[in-house]
Amino acid sequence: MTLAELQRDFRVWLTHASPEAARRLDPRAGMGMTVYQNNYRAQLVGVLEASYPQLHAWLGSSLFLEAAIRHIDSRPPHGWTLDAYGADFEATLSHMLPDNPDVHELAWIEWSLSESFVAPDATMLASDRLAEIDWDIARLQLAPSLRQRSVTTNASDLWSALQQQTEVPESEMLATPGGVVTWRQGYTCQLKPIDAIEHEALLSLRDDPRFSALCDALVARLGEEAGIARAGELLASWISAGIVTDVD
Amino acid sequence: MFTPPPTFAGFGLGLRKEHYRDFLETDVPVDFVEVISENFMVDGGQPRHILRQVRERHPVALHGVSMSIGSADGLDHAYLRRLRALVDEIQPLFVSDHLSWSRVAGFNSHDLLPLPYTREALDLVCRHIDIAQEALGRSMLFENPSSYVAFADADMTEWEFLAAMSRRTGCGLLLDVNNVYVSSRNHGLDAQAFLRGLPAERVRQIHLAGHTEVTDLLIDTHDQPVCDDVWSLYAQAMSLLGPVASMIERDDAIPPLAELLDELAIARCISERAHDLREAA
Ligand SMILES: [Fe+2]
Repeated sequence: MTLAELQRDFRVWLTHASPEAARRLDPRAGMGMTVYQNNYRAQLVGVLEASYPQLHAWLGSSLFLEAAIRHIDSRPPHGWTLDAYGADFEATLSHMLPDNPDVHELAWIEWSLSESFVAPDATMLASDRLAEIDWDIARLQLAPSLRQRSVTTNASDLWSALQQQTEVPESEMLATPGGVVTWRQGYTCQLKPIDAIEHEALLSLRDDPRFSALCDALVARLGEEAGIARAGELLASWISAGIVTDVD
Repeated sequence: MFTPPPTFAGFGLGLRKEHYRDFLETDVPVDFVEVISENFMVDGGQPRHILRQVRERHPVALHGVSMSIGSADGLDHAYLRRLRALVDEIQPLFVSDHLSWSRVAGFNSHDLLPLPYTREALDLVCRHIDIAQEALGRSMLFENPSSYVAFADADMTEWEFLAAMSRRTGCGLLLDVNNVYVSSRNHGLDAQAFLRGLPAERVRQIHLAGHTEVTDLLIDTHDQPVCDDVWSLYAQAMSLLGPVASMIERDDAIPPLAELLDELAIARCISERAHDLREAA
């Protein structure tokens, strides 16, 4: 048996528990192959639990384990680091629990926070630089740790309550859909629910980072006075929160 | 041609999250710390920040678990670039990984799977070590893994494989004494022959850890104190080896730091006794 054949058989044993593959690798059929199989699965369950502690608490151990097993059976790991294994767990949950947007959104929040945690570093924009900026041509730079998505449930309230171990509210649909952002300020991860206008405004910056374009879009939506006022408010809050990290 | 990195005689611990505070706020009496490289091969954030601070206080050894040096389909070059960036920043004492494999055809088991000790595997591993050392610009250490199966078509013993690998590539060895014990028990091998078969002058670092026994097999769990049998094997190893860096590896059921420092004191004591005996002889 060549090394390549041996490794292919080992993979088939780990992912499909094929008894033929195990016999080819260990004709004496000792317990060793079972140890590898157990280690493989237990480690993947463990990393999903570690990546999604609040989701784990929210679903309860048995439902979480069912989801983890489905994930392991349908999506064997391929990334360079074990820490990346939970990246598409939300997709497995969407299949398994299609009518629970709170669960999908909770999973997204938890994963995005972990991505924000190790995203590239960025410095805060110094306030003394603001006076010298020509806002007509200024382009806003977003924190590399910023992640955002639209939401339909109060998943961010659920996450915060679970995380702080306070009383967890009922999960419910929002009166109007909004957004949620995660990012890192210094070394601290942040989570914030945002309204639909802020969500769209941040999204639009990905295509056109000019502050003037943001103002135009908000004026078109809210009218001259309210639009300009909102643009100013958003900019101030993004700078003080470290969501906008530079202006050039 | 690379040669094993310079020797470093000292006693260290694996740096684990549970002890970050101790290492940042107190003077922990260790000569070095070892970290899992992959935990810090990230773009930014707190992990890198903590490692930089710890590095200001202690020499750091980078210990990887994902190089997969024995993969038949080759090395992951993006992984090597990430590791190189970390090496350049941290200037580690040693850079190590395992004599094992994890990846095949896009699948990553994230486990340290055993290699057959064949000439084919030796050629492949040596080619890969050459590439990795070239990419990192320095020599590495490779560790003997714990294994739960031994393949029938081996051409040599594990220690013969390690010795040949080190001679051909210039890499150093990381001797995990617990892994020697675990694999020897699991496969009915002679642990002393294992130690005597290693090229002592190429061993740079030692791991000491605990294991668990499950239905006739020993499993390398790193969740227990070092057992007496492993301590006596360590004593024998220290009577054979030159200056090395010894450390306790604990990855699960992590106790307060003081308990690990107590275990490390045992290692110091055993090592001193072995040294005295060697001097006397
Ligand atoms: Fe080890």
